[in-house]
Amino acid sequence: MNPHMLWRKSMNVLMLSLTGLCALVAVSALFFILGYLVYHGGKDVNWSFFTQLPKPVGETGGGMANAIVGSGKLLLLAALFGVPIGLLGGVYLAEFGGIAVPFVVRYTADLLNGVPSIVIGIFAYAVAVMPVHHFSTLAGGFALGVMMIPIVLRSTEEFLHAVPRSMREGAMALGASKWRTISSVVLPAASRGILTAALLALARVAGETAPLLFTAFGNRYWSPGWNQPIASLPVMIYTYAVGPYEDWHQQAWAAGLVLLGLVLLTNIIVRTVLSRGASPQRS
Amino acid sequence: MAQLSVKIAYNKSESTGTPVTGPMETVLKPPVPGASQAAVEAPLRMQIRNLNFYYGKVQALHTINLHVAANRVTALIGPSGCGKSTLIRTFNRMHETVRGTRLEGEILLDGENIFAHDVTSLRRRIGMVFQRPNPFPKSIYDNIAYGLRINGLPAARHGRLADAVEHSLRRAALWDEVKDQLHKSAYALSGGQQQRLCIARALAVDPEVLLLDEPCSALDPVNTAKIEELLFHLKHNCTLVIVTHNMQQAARVSDSTAFLLNGDLIEFNPTPQLFTTPSDPRTEAYITGRFG
Repeated sequence: MNPHMLWRKSMNVLMLSLTGLCALVAVSALFFILGYLVYHGGKDVNWSFFTQLPKPVGETGGGMANAIVGSGKLLLLAALFGVPIGLLGGVYLAEFGGIAVPFVVRYTADLLNGVPSIVIGIFAYAVAVMPVHHFSTLAGGFALGVMMIPIVLRSTEEFLHAVPRSMREGAMALGASKWRTISSVVLPAASRGILTAALLALARVAGETAPLLFTAFGNRYWSPGWNQPIASLPVMIYTYAVGPYEDWHQQAWAAGLVLLGLVLLTNIIVRTVLSRGASPQRS
Repeated sequence: MAQLSVKIAYNKSESTGTPVTGPMETVLKPPVPGASQAAVEAPLRMQIRNLNFYYGKVQALHTINLHVAANRVTALIGPSGCGKSTLIRTFNRMHETVRGTRLEGEILLDGENIFAHDVTSLRRRIGMVFQRPNPFPKSIYDNIAYGLRINGLPAARHGRLADAVEHSLRRAALWDEVKDQLHKSAYALSGGQQQRLCIARALAVDPEVLLLDEPCSALDPVNTAKIEELLFHLKHNCTLVIVTHNMQQAARVSDSTAFLLNGDLIEFNPTPQLFTTPSDPRTEAYITGRFG
């Protein structure tokens, strides 16, 4: 074999193994994180972690029931705020917009998606906390909802574009108005994709800490109402991880594991449920 | 029903030999009552007068004059890009869904300008079937019921939907194949069944005119034959316009045929006449397979 041929062959083998190695690293990151969390926090994830309030400083044990429920309430608010706006905005982009307006909206949404979450937090603080002079669940939900908007909007637009034009024409040819066509044919056809995107967006903001630091703030007890501060898993992890007590560190690991577990579980359930029904593809 | 009942004269002897200036004038005499031999007698369902159509600055149709006789099958033929699909899409104003199109001229349905009324009620009266089957991502039943529901037709309001669905499926010769799986997804059907489902869906709202834009182009010969047979039955209650690139199909199913070329209507005559003794050399060239 001449040297040139040898060089080409070895280069081929080298690059192939390099791509494989990088793929392996990418995949193993998740398993490494998961394994590390289980190693450190696994033993603290027990029944009382899910059912009890945090113990006062100095006492060991206790749980994060309030933070788990708090995260749930914050995510509910975020979805109620972010999904409708993102969904209808995406419908506008895909179905109604001309040339210039969608370009501006799309560009703005992409920029919003890139805004650091701490900045979103400051914004929510300015518009939802300062006027009423106290932290609240509503402000936290609002901050997370703002983060969801661009994700839901852009993916709604994409999934609507994927619905074939012939399907819209079929509905319009039967006398359906534009909105009727969209609501009764196009959106149902794209619903699987949009639902997946919305749930993934929810999973994405479930782990956000920065927007909650000065909106929902945190709470060591059950939150007394929607207009009062509330605990959440990410903020608990933050607080406990930087705290001075060894017991807090353990609890932070456990909270991290629970948060990751919930997000993974959501992902897996969504994907399983959505892939079960036959996808609407024509033969 | 149409108010107009006019005898249409197709007079070949007067048209042959004269140079083609405006195709319509040379081929089709204006409908003058009583001036005919070998006339096709049928009321006019639709009339297209001096139709010009533009995509942006590009003119796609040049001064088209055409009529559609009630309870007949009118075929539009011509090579790809001749404007036959563009033409049929103006009949129910589907062209308006495409940005940057412009239309001049008149299209009359039962003597009334189709642009004078609400587009959704027009499309209820003029149904359409497309090149590729386009069932909705719903059950077979809901596909058929869709038009009845959105138009709030009596059948949908008075709980007679099931009867209406069955009736439409029977008209489209699909009932026996799907009666046990009405609530299955329409995507479970074969391509040919899907296309008949789309025909049934269009028929459910009982349109006066059914436009078929190359309805068999995605189907195999067996399914094509089924749909062609269906057209024979449908024209008793409905007026049909079919676009086809398949000349044999036009010859088999239609009563009159219009030949388009580069946006011009070259010839419009009863089908047997157009295919046996075409009056324009370009028609002859096309149907004998010299181009297209």
